[in-house]
Order: sequence, then C-alpha cells, then structure tokens
Amino acid sequence: MPERIATVASRVGLHARPAAIFAEAAGDQPVEVTIALEGAPADEAMDASSILSLMSLGAEHGSKVVLRAEGDGADAALDALVQVLETDHDAE
Amino acid sequence: MTSITGVGVSPGRVIGPVLQMPPAVAEPAPGAGLPAGATAEGEAERLRAAAKTVQAALKDRAAGARKEAAEVLQATALMAADPMLLKSAVKLLEAGRGTERAIWEAAEQVAEQLKSLGGYMAERATDVLDVRARIVAELRGEPAPGIPASDVPFVLAAEDLAPADTATLDPALVLALVTSGGGPQSHTAIIARSLGLPAVVAATGATKLAPGTEVFVDGATGIVTSSPGEAERDLATAYASREPLQPFDGTGMTADGHLVPLLSNVGGGHDALKAAEAGAEGVGLLRTEFCFLNRDAEPTIDEQVAAYKAVFDAFPAKKVVVRTLDAGADKSLPFLTDSTEPNPALGVRGYRTDLATPGVLERQLQAIATAAGQSEAEVWVMAPMISTAEEASRFAGLCQAAGLETPGVMVEVPSAAVTAGSVLKRVDFASIGTNDLTQYTMAADRQLGPLAALNDPWQPAVLHLVKATVDGAASLQEAPKPVGVCGEAAADPALAVVLVGLGINSLSMSARSLAAVAAVLKSVPLEQAQQLAALALRADSAAEARAAVRAELPLLETLGL
Repeated sequence: MPERIATVASRVGLHARPAAIFAEAAGDQPVEVTIALEGAPADEAMDASSILSLMSLGAEHGSKVVLRAEGDGADAALDALVQVLETDHDAE
Repeated sequence: MTSITGVGVSPGRVIGPVLQMPPAVAEPAPGAGLPAGATAEGEAERLRAAAKTVQAALKDRAAGARKEAAEVLQATALMAADPMLLKSAVKLLEAGRGTERAIWEAAEQVAEQLKSLGGYMAERATDVLDVRARIVAELRGEPAPGIPASDVPFVLAAEDLAPADTATLDPALVLALVTSGGGPQSHTAIIARSLGLPAVVAATGATKLAPGTEVFVDGATGIVTSSPGEAERDLATAYASREPLQPFDGTGMTADGHLVPLLSNVGGGHDALKAAEAGAEGVGLLRTEFCFLNRDAEPTIDEQVAAYKAVFDAFPAKKVVVRTLDAGADKSLPFLTDSTEPNPALGVRGYRTDLATPGVLERQLQAIATAAGQSEAEVWVMAPMISTAEEASRFAGLCQAAGLETPGVMVEVPSAAVTAGSVLKRVDFASIGTNDLTQYTMAADRQLGPLAALNDPWQPAVLHLVKATVDGAASLQEAPKPVGVCGEAAADPALAVVLVGLGINSLSMSARSLAAVAAVLKSVPLEQAQQLAALALRADSAAEARAAVRAELPLLETLGL
C-alpha cells in the first residue's frame, strides 16, 4: 500500500484551523486516506477526513505522521496531502 | 403600541425587528428504539442527510462571518458530517437505538474523549455538543438552536443567554438583547455590558414577541415597546447620533473639583492591565477567588504570590484593594465550601469560611503580604461578608499578624451597614458591595429573574444603608474613614452621582464603565449630587428614585446612557 511520512508544520499542531484544512483536503481526494502517528500500528490508523479523529490524534508541531491510501490516484492524493501537512497555515 | 417592562441592565435605545432564540434541544428519551417500520439502513441515510444539511447551513454562516468566527464555524461545519462521528452513530443504529438517540450518544462519547484530552480539545467538546443539537433539531424538523441567522440587524429575544452564546453573537448584527428571565447579574447582562449592547432582562412576555415584529428597546429604563411610534423613533435616532464618550482621563472628580477616585474591579493580572489602560486610578476590588476558580485544592503560597503580584505590578504607586477569598453561594471552591448547604447565600461563605476551614485565610494574607513586598502598589486588604464588629476586629488582627497595614471590610450584610460606626473602629476602611447588600436588604436571591425588580440598587432601603455606612464612618472620634462602593451600582452613571452625594469617597467598576461614569460625574457639582442623593432617599420606589435623578441629569440623554 502506498504510504508517505510527513512532518506537521503548523505551530499549534494538527488542531483548530490546520486540522480543518487538512480534513477537508483529505475528504476531497478520490481515495480513502488514513493517518497515524509514526510508529503506531497500521490498524490503529484513522480516517484522515475526520476532523474529530485528527483532533484526538494529538499530533503536535514537528510530529511525524504516516499517510496511507490504496487504489487509483493514491500516490497523487498522498503527495497532495503531504504538501498540506508540511505547510504552516498559521503563518499565512 | 404595547409595552412590556423589564429591568434595564445596559443602556441604549434602538428599534429593530425581533428574532426569537429557539429553546434548547431536548434530549431524546434513553429507551427510544427505531420507530416501527423503519430500518437501520434507511435511518442511517436520513441521519447522513440531516448531517449534510447542518453542515451546509454552518458553511453558509461561515461564509458570512468575521474571520475568527468564520474559522470556528468552518471547523464546526466539518464536525457536523464527520465520518467518524457518523460511523459510530450508525453502529448504535444497527444495535437498535433510535436515530436521534444514536447521534446523541455517539456525540456524547466523542465529547467525553475530547474533554479527557484537556485544554484546547476540551473546549472543542462544546462544539461537538452544539453540532449534535443541530442534527437532532434537523431530524425533528425544529428550528436550529443557537442565535438565529439573519441578513439584517435584529433584536434578540430569549429566555436567557448562556456564556456559550457569546461566541456566536455578532455585535454588528444584534441590536439589543431582551430576555424574560435573568437578573442584573445574569449572563445576558454581563454579555450585553461587555459588548456595549442595550439590554433588558426579566421582561415577562419577551419570549412571546412575534418574530419580525418591530420593537423599541430602552436599555436604561427597561421598556420594550412593540410597533413603536414617532416618540420612540426620535429617541432611537437621538441615540444613534449620540456624542461619543471621551476616554477617561485618569482623574475622577465632580464639576467643582471634588476628587472621587475611579477604580476598577479586576479578577487577575490580565484584567488589571486592561483597567490600567482604561485609566483606572487603581483597583477597588481584586476578586482573588477568580484566580482560583475550578480548583480542587488550595493554591500554594507561591502560586498566590504570582497571581497577586501580576495585578500589583499593573498599578505601581496606586491603590489596590484585595478582597480575601469570597467562596460560597454562586462561587464554589471545593476546598472551602460545602455545596450541600440548604441556603448557600446565608451559609458559610466569604469571611465565614475561616471558621469552618481555618488556615486558608492566614496563608492567603501571608501571600498578599509577600506579593505586596515585591511590588510598588499600595496594598489594602478587605474581608467579604463581615457582619459584626467582632469579626472586623479579628480580621484586623490577622492582617496585622501578616504585616498588612491597611485592613478593611466589605459592607454587604445590612448589620454591618447599621453598625458601621463600631465596625469601622476596628479597621481602616469599608467598601460597600452593592450587589450583595441589595440581595440581603431586600431578601431577594440575586440569581432569580422573577425577583429582579427587588434586586435593584436604586431601592431606597439600599440607599439608606449606604448612607448609614457613611454616617457611621463619619461618627468616629478620629478622622472619618474612607467608604467606597465596588458593586454594579458604581457603574451606573446616574447612581454613581447619587453615591457621591451620599458621601462615598471612591467608586470601583468594570473598566468599560469608567468613561461614562467619569463624564457624568464631571458634569455635576458636589452640592447638586447631594441634592440628588436626598431626592433618591425620599423616593417611594426604586423606579421613582431612578426617574427623579435621571430627569435632573440631561447629559445622560446627550450621551445615550
């Protein structure tokens, strides 16, 4: 299964506005994407389009997370989402 | 033209259409299962559709909201159709719960989870519960809870507002608040004053006003008039074109130069900085319990020193009056108060907690003395809920032992006002807490909306007790001791004039009220203030006292106060 590791760039971590932006972007992808903290078992990965799951993930600024997806367009979807995670949305 | 009368708690006169705040969404019955003929699959579809509708409505509102509110609403919109939330609700549906009950319980679990994470996440739990209420209302075909959406400015009518409503209340869209419940200290009143919106509380019939009806609201007199006429339109126009208030210049005085320091009530270092910026001449009431609400255990001396010092440092060389912990009644501190008392307002609260839980007060005085030693503020200390001269004397002894030089008392209990002469022999000053003094004089719980008319500091009986306190302070052999006022009464510009006329030496209020009180006070010579005080004392009712005094202060009209 294609996967990517990304570092959370937002200073407040994956909460509030950054979480909303990411969940919305994940929901817009043609494939289902999961998210987990790096090192967590793959079967504990959560739906990346769920803002409530993202908030309970507890990913802080600098945390490494694993994104996974399968099917047509999975690679493009993952690349797009890594980009979102590695942008500091608070700096905009 | 019909009118209803409530209690005006925030001045201003406006006209606009009424919108009603829908009642809170009731919890679906715990035992409710799927209705006959419904399938879990079909209901899951109905739930998803409701969630999508709620999401779309929230997104619409986000599009029209200011930046900060828009971000909160966008996140809330995402929560409404959150896949994890819906998945757990569908699981509950499949286990046989009714649709409304399924989403209710699923959201409850998520909210609990967020609460357990604490901090920012715990605050978001409220958003999840808000989304839940919206989805249930949608499933039932009821109007969405919360402040109604509107394209035009409106007068918001409600039973009462909760603190959570503040976040979604757009002051550019809400012209005034009118509630059937609540009193002068209710959340509605506090929200209105902090936003500078006209407000009337305890207006019976407010929730019966038909949506869309045009009403005139007078937040000073408490009158709400449907289908207003020419006279009301003129008043609203005059208010809209009122003279802007000049900021407070930092010296409170009457027209003839009689100095009346205007101080601020604060709950911590942050408030204190804001008060200093607004020109406050010091702090007339530091509510120390506000530094430690929601605490299960007594704060350590070091924590206390830091909290007090933050306030003192905002006012170097200025007076800061610290009130020792005022726990009990509406402000419970688990390490001091017994929440099972049948009548907390008359219970072990304020200074009295020192009898039930000795030691806390002495440690607090020690912390205040330490913080005072590390700063340049002139620190005075007073005990809340003093009833007798003996209590005052004992408190003065505790202050002396801690090395605090200026002990004082709050006058909130009528017995302390009546015997002010002997109470003040033992201490150096008194500060009248008009909110509690009114509640105890009138024997009317200040939390109860139906008693709001009794809970009015303009009640002549309350004014007579203010006078008794001043007279007691003046009757001493030595120089008269200062008497201040630190309740809501001091923030009412007309009443502030009366208090000064009664002989009050200083007034302490929320920082927001300083400019208005200063402007009105400066328009009145001391002798006229004394005449107005006499007028108020002679009145037969609170309404008569207020009307008689306001009629003599034309500046109130000019400034729209």
